[in-house]
This record gives sequence, C-alpha cells and structure tokens, in this order.
Amino acid sequence: MSTDADRHDPTQAGALIEVQDLERTFDVRRRVEGRRRRSREQVVAVHDLTFSVRPGEMVGYIGPNGAGKSTTIKMLTGILVPTGGRVQVAGLDPSRNRVELTRRIGVVFGQRSTLWWDLPLIDSFELLQRMYRIPPARYRENLDRFIEILDLGDQLDTPVRQLSLGQRMRGDITAALLHDPEVLYLDEPTIGLDVVSKGRLREFLRSLNAERNTTLMLTTHDLQDIEALCERVIVIDHGTSVYDGSLAGLHAQGGSTRTLVVDLVDEAPPIDVPGAEVRRVEGPRQWLSFPSDASAAPIVAAVASAYDVADLSIQEPDIEDVIRDLYSRGAQA
Amino acid sequence: MLHVAIATRAFRRYSTYRAATLAGIFTNSVFGIIYSYAYLALWDANPTAGGYDAQDAVTYVWLGQALLMTIALWGGGTTDDLAERIRTGDVAIDLYRPVGLVGWYLASDLGRAAYHLLTRGFGPTLIGVLVFHIALPSSVVNAFAFAVSLVLAVVVSFAIRFLVASTAFWLLDQSGVKVMSGAFAIFFSGMMLPLVLFPGWLGTVANVLPWASYVQVPADIWLGKHTGSGLLTALGFQVFWAVVLLATCQGVLRLATRKVVVQGG
Repeated sequence: MSTDADRHDPTQAGALIEVQDLERTFDVRRRVEGRRRRSREQVVAVHDLTFSVRPGEMVGYIGPNGAGKSTTIKMLTGILVPTGGRVQVAGLDPSRNRVELTRRIGVVFGQRSTLWWDLPLIDSFELLQRMYRIPPARYRENLDRFIEILDLGDQLDTPVRQLSLGQRMRGDITAALLHDPEVLYLDEPTIGLDVVSKGRLREFLRSLNAERNTTLMLTTHDLQDIEALCERVIVIDHGTSVYDGSLAGLHAQGGSTRTLVVDLVDEAPPIDVPGAEVRRVEGPRQWLSFPSDASAAPIVAAVASAYDVADLSIQEPDIEDVIRDLYSRGAQA
Repeated sequence: MLHVAIATRAFRRYSTYRAATLAGIFTNSVFGIIYSYAYLALWDANPTAGGYDAQDAVTYVWLGQALLMTIALWGGGTTDDLAERIRTGDVAIDLYRPVGLVGWYLASDLGRAAYHLLTRGFGPTLIGVLVFHIALPSSVVNAFAFAVSLVLAVVVSFAIRFLVASTAFWLLDQSGVKVMSGAFAIFFSGMMLPLVLFPGWLGTVANVLPWASYVQVPADIWLGKHTGSGLLTALGFQVFWAVVLLATCQGVLRLATRKVVVQGG
C-alpha cells in the first residue's frame, strides 16, 4: 500500500477527501498598453482552501463564476497539479496516482460528454467496461439497474449525437457509475435540463447515495439541486472557502430573514410593530422582514391587532439571497 | 481486449457512411484512369524509367489510389477527432481514463484503415485489375510482406497525423500544420510521382524520409522489387520509422499533459 496512507493524520481518519491549505496560482501573460513586451502576472485561483469530506456525504460546492470551483475539482481528479498545500482522495495523491484514482472516482460534466459521439450508447458502456475491467456480472447488474432507473432502455442503440440533452446526461451519469466509484463529482449536472428531468435526476442521486453510500460532490448554479440533495454546503469565493456547514446554518450565517407579506384593507403608512421592519410598500401591500430564528406569531398578532388586515403570508428565506449576501460580504472584506 | 473493441467500433462507425464510400471509390477510379494514361505516355517515351516497366507504372498508380484513404495520406482519420477534442478541451476527459491516448487512437485508426482498405482499397484495385491488367504479387511471400508493409504504412502515417493533431495543444488548431503536412506527404510518399523517378540527392533524401513508408515501400514490395534480405530491409525501414515516431508521440503527449496538468488550461 502507499506510504502516504501510513502517514495519514490520525485525527482526520475516515475522511475520503482531504484538502489542506490548497493553493493554485496561474501565470498569465497580459499585454500592457504602451509596452512591447507582455507582462507576466500571477493569478491566484485557489488559496488557503481546507476541507474534508467523509464517505457517504453529499456536499454542495458552490460559488460564483471564477471562484475556483472547477480548479478545485480538477485538482481533486488529478488533472491539475496544486502549487501548494495537500490533496488526498481515497488515500491517494490525485496528480501522482491519477490513473489509479480514475478507477475509484466518477466524474460527470454537464457541458462535456464522456460518451463516444458517433457510437450507439451501449457501445460506450461496453468500451468503459473493458477500460475499467469491470467484472461482467457486476457490469450487467449495474447497467440493468441504471438503465431501468434512468429510463434509458429505448436509447441504447441510438448514436449519442442523436440523444436529447437529458438522455445524454443520464447516459453520462450511467457511464460514470458503471465501475462503482466511491466518489462521484458532478459539475453542473442539471444544466439545460427541464424540470421533470431535473427532478428525476435528483431522485436518482439521492437513492444512489442512500443505497451505495456513494459520496457526492456537486458544483452547481442551480440552488434547488443543493436544497434537494445536500446537507452540507461549501461556499467558495475568490479562491477560498467562505462557508462550510449545514444548509440550515447557511441561512443563519447569512443573517437571513423571513418576510411577512401583509395585505391591508386600505393603504397605510409603513407598519410599525416590534421585532420587524418594513422593507417595501406597494399600495395596500407591505413587506416586513424579521430574523429567521424569531417566531412569526407575535409579529402577526401585533400587526393583526393594530391594523385592518385582509390577508397575510410568510415567505421563507431564499438561499440565493443568502449566498448573494455572503459573496458581497466577501467582496468587501 | 479493449483495443480490439475500439478498432471494431471505429470500423463500424466509418461503415455508416455508405454513399461517401461509393463516391470516394468513384473519385479514386477517375484519378486512377487519368494518372494511368499520363504514366503510360511517360513510359512510352522512356520504357525503363526508374527501373519500372509500363505495367509496373500503371500498377503503381492503382496501388496509390487504393492506399490513399487507407493510410489517410491527406491527414485526417481518427486523429482529426483528437485535434477536435483538444480544441474543445474534451481531451481533459481522455486524460483521466486509465488507458494511454496513443494506443487508443492507434487502435481506432487501424479500425478505420481496415474499413477503408476493404472499400476504398479493394474498389480501385479491382478496376485496375479489370481495366488496366495491373500486376499482382508474384508469390505468397510477397503478398504477405505487402500486408505487413501496409499495416506499417498505416502506423507511420498515424504517428505523423497524431503529431500534427498534438500541435493543437499549443496552437489550439491543427489545420495550418495539417495542410503543410499533407503537402509533404503527397510529395515525399511518391503519391504524385514515384520516388524512383526523383533525381540525385532529392531521390536519396526522399527515400529515407518517413513518408517513403506510405506508398513507395508497399508498392515496391507488391511489385516484387524487394526480395530476400532486401525485403527485410524495406520492412525494417518502416518498423524503424514506426517505432521512432510512436515514441515521439508518447513524448509529445507527455509534454502536452504536463502543460495541461501543470500549467492548467
């Protein structure tokens, strides 16, 4: 076995993915006006990034464009060498043991396909079976199962180029899972899919995690993916982690608020009740915000006793707002 | 066997374009006829040019037409897929497969070549036999040696096309280099004019360059110009270039991988 595994930090024992003080910089040549030569500049894509993922976790890895998500995933899969810090996946150094690691991980890119464009779908699967030397019985079992759940039975003989985006994505996910990977990285897996396909895909990923304890790491712009799948969220911005914890905690961290929408019988000046403040007034409708962890009951009671209320509703905090808030605070820092 | 599976699938993939295959055979045959009459005129003026007689010359023409697509002389073949995958960045996916890229694309290209041999190769050869009574290999040994030489021709051509496609790692697009390489291939393979007709030092140089493996060497084996140890030397020449060029492919790929993996992109 690898000596790296022996030197494994005992406090981190049991972690499947370990990232410590990870750093990656790129040299970028830039043309400077008025100068003949291009100047060299260092761009920091990822720095001081530390996190670890236990087997069976489903982690959402989110951040704005250019935050360093793809760079991190590339380092985790071994196709990019870190310039500093340490990465270990399943006890292996990804960039040094890339080929060995490929047998233990699966990767799905929403915008790139691992399938062979001109070949029938089934041919791609058969090539992968030989490539990963999947035992025939195991291959059959996995294939049958994924085909059934992902509803690919009718598409097996169709060349990949003729598949719809949703079918192709399901094909790609099957392709990534045939060799029973311990970790599945998904990069924007639901991009471009319709609502029904998205729902089905999320359902599948949940059952995969439940039945096989497959660890999922998901980068996405679709926060509904996160809400549907991940108990844990890592938010990255400007190359470093700005939040790592539960989804619920993210709401609290963001100082998120719930909103009480009040429809008054008549237009009125902004409502004045303790514990809530008016954010918006539009004719007889007013939006009051109050902290997520506070109870709505006393506020509702106070409003109802002091005003003529036609209707009331409460809006839960939107995770997108929370994250936007985190980003903007990160930018100020 | 993974690589056999890759080759059979490439074969199947190319076989889906039937109309293109027929059109290609037609084109090869038209060019074969034109070249045949031009060569016949040439050998009428000089009946022993380059050590060939008129029948050798016409046979050479039809072999050239038959080999043109089989060895993908103009460039292209499965290495075009590679160049495209480099351009789009999909090659990153190929890089973390537990299989070497050179072996993968070589298997694929051999599958393609097998299909092109059976169609674009046999088609024109048959017309050459029927219409121009071209020479056939004089012995079983020659026929077998020709088959080996043909495989080696595909391998050498593949390696050069792989190197051309790899330039996309640095240039993003292979097309400029591909055109240039195609021009070299047409001239130095003996496709345009047999290398045996090249005068003096140009002939000497042309006969040791890798492109001589494409058409000149297999054609001479077919025509029985190499016998005994000469036959082994001719095949050894092709093996030499195949090994050197494939090793270069591996080296270039390692550099390219380092560039992608270490420098990002």
